Amino acid sequence: MWQIIHKMGSPPWFYRFAGTVLRWALPIVLLLLVVGAVWGLLFAPPDFRQGNSYRIIFIHVPASVVALAGYYVMAFAGAVSLIWKIKMADTAMRAVAPVGAALTFIALVTGAVWGKPTWGTWWVWDARITSMLILFFLYVGVMALFEAYENKAAAAKACAVLSLVGTVNIPIIYKSVDWWYSLHQPASIKFSGASAIDSSMLYPLLLMIVAFYGLFACCVMLNMRAELLDTHRGASWLQRALLERD
Amino acid sequence: MPPDLWQFLWGQMRRQLRVGMSKPGEVLNPLLFFVMVVTLFPIGLGPNPERLALLAPGILWVVALLSNLTVSGRLFAADFEDGSLEQLALASHPLALTALSQVVAHWLLSGVTLTLASPLFAVMLNLPVQAIPVLMASLLLGSFSLSLVGAIGAALTVGIRRGGLLLSLLIIPLYVPILVFGVSAVSEAANVGDPMRWLALLGAFAAGGIVLAPLAIAAGLRISLDS
Repeated sequence: MWQIIHKMGSPPWFYRFAGTVLRWALPIVLLLLVVGAVWGLLFAPPDFRQGNSYRIIFIHVPASVVALAGYYVMAFAGAVSLIWKIKMADTAMRAVAPVGAALTFIALVTGAVWGKPTWGTWWVWDARITSMLILFFLYVGVMALFEAYENKAAAAKACAVLSLVGTVNIPIIYKSVDWWYSLHQPASIKFSGASAIDSSMLYPLLLMIVAFYGLFACCVMLNMRAELLDTHRGASWLQRALLERD
Repeated sequence: MPPDLWQFLWGQMRRQLRVGMSKPGEVLNPLLFFVMVVTLFPIGLGPNPERLALLAPGILWVVALLSNLTVSGRLFAADFEDGSLEQLALASHPLALTALSQVVAHWLLSGVTLTLASPLFAVMLNLPVQAIPVLMASLLLGSFSLSLVGAIGAALTVGIRRGGLLLSLLIIPLYVPILVFGVSAVSEAANVGDPMRWLALLGAFAAGGIVLAPLAIAAGLRISLDS
């Protein structure tokens, strides 16, 4: 166990390890995505109140779930990098930010697309939408901070501190936005209870959530490998690793 | 806490206050900014007093937040440029506490003065009179939290040239809970509700912030000094 964690910190080992994992995991994840999407979009029964427009939850819900989890992954990687000074944790943290931001963006856009037929408007200042938008801003802030620093080692540390501050703040933000919304609640708009979802809809949804987690992990690993290629350009281990593949 | 640490922190705070007081613009300009932006709202939204009264809590709090944002960015800049921040980081006293004393000094000059001037702005926007004490209490507590959170951003961006806009991007999302608590307290008071729970939440945020934020500020300052 400890050995694997130690090995994780070594760029050559990780580059190869991620390559092997990706070769197996990427096809499986893509298959899961296709199965989940076809199941959810074509075979799951239509909702009796919303008809077919509800089907976007098979994209929307997994994207939002993983986007929020992604922030914690990023902050965890940041904490690891600050405490144990492991360089690969920096790389992981940097790799998560754009993926998380993209998922948050997907969640916002699919939410808007769903809102148009359901609520009759693209955008509503609903508690969850607002929280998601703020999460998007938090991701963008981390990315902007990284870009602003000339010294990339310092940039990674600064981003780690910022994402940890964000982690402490996120539950407070979510709770406060919730209270803010309930204070101003307009009576006409209401979510259909998510807990009352039927199993014929729940199973494809769960499958899609698993697939999105897998997709997230694969994208992060791909990003990390790309970054290793960039930062270790010309290193002899990298040249050997690249030659081996052919 | 050893007595010489107290003396050191007290000295730091007095130094900051004296530097701030020596240039009256540093204290007055945020207030002028506040009154000018407040003026923009009736011009933009129309002079209808009932509508202004309805929007006043939100306007006052958003403008207070923006005015805090404009001053927070410069919190550590002077000390960073003339090298005294490096000396403070090398000193045997914990940097987190030194930074906290600076934030308190900054708050006394910005947040407290803003609180004292706020009744004037409240009257300009036709905020109900019974809400003014709550507005002042919420600004007093909230501006301290704003300064603490702003100082984290200032510490992380102090080494970056033209970090002002970047600071806003980092800090605005973190300001959201403070804004919610503050606006809700004032709105409840204006509508004869119970603002106490919102003030309690503002106090809780400040209490949590005073413990955690200095650690993040110190870490940010060390990163900025190393880069």
